[in-house]
Amino acid sequence: MTTVVNGVNVQALLDARQVLESAPEAAQFTWRATSKWENGVHSTVRIREYFGLGEEQSHKAEAVFDADHPETFAAEDNGITPIEYLLVGLASCLTAGVASVAQNRGIQLRSVESTVEGAHDVRGILGVDGDVRNGFNDVKVTFTIDADATRQEIEALVAQSQKRSAVFDALTNPTNVTVDVA
Amino acid sequence: MLERGEVANSWRRERWDSLRLLTPNWQSRLPGHGYDGPDPDGYMSMADVTGFIERYAGVIGAPVRTGTTVTSVRPAGDGYVVRTDRGEIGCRAVVIASGACNRPVVPEFAAAVPASVRQLTPFDYRGPADLVDGGVLVVGASATGVQLAAELRRSGRPVVLSVGEQVRLPRTYRGRDVLWWMAASGVWDQRYDEIEDLNRARSLPSLQLVGTPERATLDLNALMALGVEPVGRWAAVRDGVALFSGGLRNVFALADLKMERLLDTFDEWAREDGRADGAGPPERFAPTRVPSSTRLKLDLTSGEIGTIVWATGFRPEYGWLDVPVVDAKGRLRHDGGVVGAPGLYALGLPVLRRRKSTFIYGIEDDAREVVDHLAAYLGTR
Repeated sequence: MTTVVNGVNVQALLDARQVLESAPEAAQFTWRATSKWENGVHSTVRIREYFGLGEEQSHKAEAVFDADHPETFAAEDNGITPIEYLLVGLASCLTAGVASVAQNRGIQLRSVESTVEGAHDVRGILGVDGDVRNGFNDVKVTFTIDADATRQEIEALVAQSQKRSAVFDALTNPTNVTVDVA
Repeated sequence: MLERGEVANSWRRERWDSLRLLTPNWQSRLPGHGYDGPDPDGYMSMADVTGFIERYAGVIGAPVRTGTTVTSVRPAGDGYVVRTDRGEIGCRAVVIASGACNRPVVPEFAAAVPASVRQLTPFDYRGPADLVDGGVLVVGASATGVQLAAELRRSGRPVVLSVGEQVRLPRTYRGRDVLWWMAASGVWDQRYDEIEDLNRARSLPSLQLVGTPERATLDLNALMALGVEPVGRWAAVRDGVALFSGGLRNVFALADLKMERLLDTFDEWAREDGRADGAGPPERFAPTRVPSSTRLKLDLTSGEIGTIVWATGFRPEYGWLDVPVVDAKGRLRHDGGVVGAPGLYALGLPVLRRRKSTFIYGIEDDAREVVDHLAAYLGTR
């Protein structure tokens, strides 16, 4: 068990779990992003501060993301489309889950790769057909994992990572969203 | 022994008509009292169960005061005062054996279901004839949910089944009842102090099983073959529309994987000579078929669904217990049935001391240990 090195500090996570069981208020996090319109459908989104463990926290450095639309949408393609950011979130969240669960189960990973595809009928956002939804119709993730484990154990890693994934939950379950004008 | 109704009251009054025990007859036993009928592999009906427990009460000469409802238990001196609707009793020790299923649990968003849809819990349900015509949305796919979904579908109604976490099992494995394997391989004897995540073990959904003369498996594949439509976990109601999770595929995958691991455990145990004499060869079952797409929403105002049946679990009720031993989630705080107040004990809760704690035959080992503790407590005073 101790020889497995996936780079995840599982002990810290297990300790946190124990602490937060008796201090649920410390578990309340708020993640924040600020966005600014640049031009056309191009915007920049910045992320640095968040709230958690009862106080303001900060990433080591600010991250800046460009979001735009590709030339097929007659845009300048200064960055990926907003809905592609959902794929970024889902893939990275599930991958982090696979690594954490593997570490916890004593499974040495050698490589974890995934392909995420979101099927999207753009007639929805263009208002061509009111029966077509705006968002994804289907999202498919395919993992290719090389690890010291049986296929069944690898499938269990991937299943457990979905079970504990924030982004998987946010995509598969409804969430209340409030959009205000300040 | 105080009993609010008659002996075996909850089996008489809080179960639907077609229910049979999940445990085979040969496994339904209490100390000195077992099944001696012609069908050891069958499953008792509710009438059989009440008869079985009534006879046991006679065999042991149980001093049962029936028709006596406990209204409060509070510490007094070096013991407790138990207040009932038929007077007070002073005692030095109390064993709480009121069970884990006193109230059906229904999610908060049930309040947002349109009034035109009738809502039932398993406590309100006796049989399909109780329901208005039209579609039924059964919520939950553990033992209760799968059984009611199958029965309602067979009555000719369209049935949608909302599926969350579930424990898939075949009814028989290698020719033996799956509960034979649970007991024989030692899974059911796993002790509470050897289980890594005890909270989780204690809150696991019930086994996806049904007791029928055919010893049939009632998993999601069987239900879909009957024409039951699965949807994901019910997450919310918005403007009269039920919203279901899009994560059904993974719920199926988790249940399939978990079942396979359990069957692997059985096979591994059976490899030793003689253990599985007479059992068939190892089997593997088809993965749960995932429909190419499942509905993510269902308009409850459309008339498609006439009735919702909440098979979303049960919880214990400790409103009468005036001792600070219940946690924020309504669970009794105890260590293997030894409650955190002197002279207070519990029996018959999930994984109280072993995985089998809530099964009829599972109580015996727990009861011996809890009573030993209780006797020692009384002896030192």
